Amino acid sequence: MSLHRIHGGLAAAALPHAGEPAAVRPCPLPRRLYLPLTETDGGPLYCRVSPGQQVRRGEALAHAADALATILPAPTSGCIVAIQDHALARSDGSLAPHLVLEPDGRDEPLLLPPMADWAQADPQQLRRRLAEAGVIGLGGAGFATAQKLARPVSTLILNGAECEPYISCDQALLQERAADVVAGAGLLARIAGARQIIIALQDRMLAAADALRAALVNVPGITLAQVPTVYPQGGERQLIEVLCGREVPAGSWPVDIGIAVQNVATAAAAWRAVALGEAMTTRLISLAGRGVVSGGVFEVRIGATIATLIEAAGGYAPDAARLVLGGPLMGISLPHDEVALTRTSNAILVLAAAELRPPAPEQACIRCGDCATACPVRLQPQELLRLLRADDAEGAADLGLAECIECGCCAFVCPAQIPLVDIYRQAKTAQAIARTARTRADQARERYRARGQRLAREQAEKVARVAARRDALAQEQAAANLPTPATADAAPVPAARMDKSAVLAAIARGKAKRTNANGPRAGAPQSPGETS
Amino acid sequence: MKTFATALAPHISTPRRVQRVMAEVLLALLPGAALQLWTYGPGHAFQLVLALVFGLALETALSRLRPAPLNPAGDFSAAVTAALFALSLAPLAPWWVSAFGMFVALGVAKHAYGGLGANLFNPAMVGCAFVLVAFPHAATTWPAYTLGLAETAGAIFLAGPGITWDTLSSATPLDVARQLGAQGLRMPEIYSSPLYADSRAGAGPWIALAYTLGGLYLLWRRIIGWQAPVGVIAGTVLMTLPFWLLDAERHASPLQQLGSGGLMLAAWFVATDPVSGCTSPRGRLIFGAGVAVLTLIIRRWGTFPDGVAFAVLLMNALAPLIDRATRPRIYGRNHA
Repeated sequence: MSLHRIHGGLAAAALPHAGEPAAVRPCPLPRRLYLPLTETDGGPLYCRVSPGQQVRRGEALAHAADALATILPAPTSGCIVAIQDHALARSDGSLAPHLVLEPDGRDEPLLLPPMADWAQADPQQLRRRLAEAGVIGLGGAGFATAQKLARPVSTLILNGAECEPYISCDQALLQERAADVVAGAGLLARIAGARQIIIALQDRMLAAADALRAALVNVPGITLAQVPTVYPQGGERQLIEVLCGREVPAGSWPVDIGIAVQNVATAAAAWRAVALGEAMTTRLISLAGRGVVSGGVFEVRIGATIATLIEAAGGYAPDAARLVLGGPLMGISLPHDEVALTRTSNAILVLAAAELRPPAPEQACIRCGDCATACPVRLQPQELLRLLRADDAEGAADLGLAECIECGCCAFVCPAQIPLVDIYRQAKTAQAIARTARTRADQARERYRARGQRLAREQAEKVARVAARRDALAQEQAAANLPTPATADAAPVPAARMDKSAVLAAIARGKAKRTNANGPRAGAPQSPGETS
Repeated sequence: MKTFATALAPHISTPRRVQRVMAEVLLALLPGAALQLWTYGPGHAFQLVLALVFGLALETALSRLRPAPLNPAGDFSAAVTAALFALSLAPLAPWWVSAFGMFVALGVAKHAYGGLGANLFNPAMVGCAFVLVAFPHAATTWPAYTLGLAETAGAIFLAGPGITWDTLSSATPLDVARQLGAQGLRMPEIYSSPLYADSRAGAGPWIALAYTLGGLYLLWRRIIGWQAPVGVIAGTVLMTLPFWLLDAERHASPLQQLGSGGLMLAAWFVATDPVSGCTSPRGRLIFGAGVAVLTLIIRRWGTFPDGVAFAVLLMNALAPLIDRATRPRIYGRNHA
């Protein structure tokens, strides 16, 4: 198929790349698995188990807030020993509640019934299965796959073009399990109703391409696309541009232009979930960098800590200087290796000091435009920098700050060592916070205004009611006055009667609607007839 | 548990640094500078040393004066400014021309505007334009014959206002061509006149070629983009080709124009200045073409021997507007 070009990016020559990965290696089951009760994007997971409970592999431990309640499957059989704070994959080492699972070593599975006839199955049923098996996107963002495939599309793209240099987990998967990926492609295409299926991988992945071609021999209708090794062509929007020559409009999603992009590993896992009934309990993780003795691609149990993985790879090299979750351009630098690997952890880098960018002082921008040349979104990073340094948020928004994909190409190429992408990331966060604050302030103002109106209305109603009652009483009295002038001791009687009826009315009302917070008030209806 | 220091992504970066970029620009100037020395004698060597000494002294002093110097004087940018200024200057210009020029270039055009990266105008060209306007005679003293070291030093250091250089100075080829053209001579007659030969017109294209060589090196190293030089060359050709084709006897050929004066030095080393030029690709093309067109207009109708410095400054003033007008479309915006 004919390919299109993205703007800029970093060519293969500028970057260190992993070669053809060796065979996938196993990572032993650790003594404890830690499973965060938050999703990748920070959304909550609703816990379904309690400490002391025995679980089997694949059993739902928690579920997400999406419409199909995609589950968090137990990675192995064992006992939930605690729900406690543990380090999240954040640079600041912040803690959050994790489920702690102590494996019993039996690895006893709770398989879902295999759906051998998935090719004829109802897409809705298949989506439900993906949610039940805890299938989420393995590419990084971790969207619930069933949710992402909720709307029909015409084109399905399977992304095997690794998102960042150093990472080779998808490459290894294609080399070893191409048949799973191809089957998964058919499955996901059926769910999404896609007519066109493209599997994309980088042109340097020769063994993976061979494996895929072999797997595609008797499978019609799937195109193999070898895209140039240019970072960040593995990004969803960039890959769409390369393969389809189309851009996803600002503020829209690929599905809005009829395209779904799924990671190749997600497709393979989806197929296993449907055809074999296996939940997503392991994933391939790339371990690279000169700071680790024997890197490679490992099949890791979800919930294992990074320390477990490093141990399986022979430990740290003496000059290990930085621990990164993800790739060298967008990865998160971690303060320690007790962080647990999740379904979205695709790579761990242990970089030696020699591989790191030297901590040189920032210099003045000379507007060389290298950043603009490298920006895959065609932003003018040097202009954005100038505007943001001048606190011109509006100008920066005009120049497309929101469209920045934070790929880090600009900061990579900057000869003045300006941390451009950090500046944009911070500005975006600050703008998001300001937006939230503004929304909250607007809501509060609206609430306050509504409350004022309500109080005024109630006051007016009360005044009207009192006036009506006074009139009624005056009339009643006028009628009764003539025969009985001595009303000194007669007056309390109706008052007492009224009080009692008001109490009775309040009780009745309370019973009728227990949830009504505005219950009986002073000046409440005086006769049962007025309560409705 | 092993602990690590954390940092923000990206964790790797290009080894390219501002210092190295500037150093490579200096390197790329070498062929042209060498040929200029060979053609005009040791004058330019003195000019280079003078400008570098003044430049680095000023840069260091001015950086110290600034409240928060972002760049210590070690980034070679002042050296590049000094080299461009010296190579644009006449080889026998007195030392104080260089001192004034560098002061205006670095003190006024660069540091008064906020230092490296913040200057609106190319400092070297501001310096050139200043000395051309302020000392029109002293700044354009090209030797009529190749002087020895001692003579050159004497001309540069001893000459002061009141001393005449007429004995040893000659006009530049552009001057000669204009003067003779004004007398009604046709191009072939101009080219064969002894005055023209005395002005070393024959060396012009070779020097231009040497600067082009340096420029191609920068292009190959991806330190400059192709747009600005191509803009200058295309602008020159488009401006001059029609006239030349119509009447080759009265108009210089495009190659003649490209090969004379400082046009190629400007095309590869000045129009490509990132700070004062354009950054968008289309903007750079327009910027280069503008420099060419303005230079040709000044050559034809102006009173200065060469208009490159003025052309560059005028385009510098327009660069922000051009950049604004030629901003590339952002991914996902206004797209079908």
